[in-house]
Amino acid sequence: MKELLLVVGMAAVTFGVRYPVLALLGRIDMPEPIMRALRFVPVAVLCALSAPMVFIDGGDWFISVYNPALVGSVVAGLVAWKTRHLLLTIATGMAVFIAMRLFFSAG
Amino acid sequence: MVSQMSPRRAEFLLGARDTIPMIVGAIPFGVLFGALAVTAGLSVAGAMGMSLFVFAGSSQFVAATMLTQGAGIVVIVLTTFIVNVRHALYAASLGPHVRHLPQRWLMPLGFFLTDETFAIVIKRYSAGDGQENSHWYYLGSALAMYVNWQICTLAGIYAGSRLQGLADWGLEFAMVVTFIGIVVPLVTDRPMLLTAIVAVVTGLLTRDWPHNSGLIFASLAAIAVGYVAESISLRKKP
Repeated sequence: MKELLLVVGMAAVTFGVRYPVLALLGRIDMPEPIMRALRFVPVAVLCALSAPMVFIDGGDWFISVYNPALVGSVVAGLVAWKTRHLLLTIATGMAVFIAMRLFFSAG
Repeated sequence: MVSQMSPRRAEFLLGARDTIPMIVGAIPFGVLFGALAVTAGLSVAGAMGMSLFVFAGSSQFVAATMLTQGAGIVVIVLTTFIVNVRHALYAASLGPHVRHLPQRWLMPLGFFLTDETFAIVIKRYSAGDGQENSHWYYLGSALAMYVNWQICTLAGIYAGSRLQGLADWGLEFAMVVTFIGIVVPLVTDRPMLLTAIVAVVTGLLTRDWPHNSGLIFASLAAIAVGYVAESISLRKKP
């Protein structure tokens, strides 16, 4: 039931953004402030969503070179910055993360 | 061969063919979404339903991630709206090209609108040739993306439910590095950098708000700061 609500809700807002604008507002220009504000949406949402997964572990701050998520993220950020290659970024970040977890849990 | 095909069918197939690079790019994310969704606690039907009825990759990723953090439905739906609002931009630029079509066309074309199909289809419309049947091109691109997304989701669900303890292996972190790979290339100026910093800091400070509502506050605050910073810099150098 909870899942059904979730899927229906997500489907409704997504269709509600796509279809009416396509069908009804196709003849109206989007206001310039909205166009400008939308540019910031992906960066804002994704950063706010990810930050706690990187800096927090089990409810507490974990700012340390022994934090696999933090080190993995820094490496991934550098790879993304230098190469702008999405899959390479993911692969490198995951490799660092998994290697550190293996190393520290085995040690 | 092509000359024997009806022009509609030719457009449909061309749309699908031109979308192949995008389809290949979407494969890992479809699989990852499926795997993450089931490890986040969604049932097979719930995970599959999201791909079938929402069909918006990045918001599905965000929703699955939020589920692992125990977010509430209302907050996830609101966040989905924020993440997908950009589709209104696509719809607005495609609108003039499709407004001659009846509703039975506009509804599916609206439903199937994704970043990838927009990128491919707007090129076709801008080129100006074959306008008459370009909605078949749009449909071909959209359906190719759609079918691929469903197959990949299913594969991911299968992998996620077969490989026990995939969550322990830090599948969640795959989301984080994916987001990093998306965000970093977007940070091309100071207002955007400011948005990123404000989002990280505010996201951390509001992380304990009920049902993850802090995420919405942090996102809106970061968007506002970026917007104002850009307005100021635009005013400084006319």
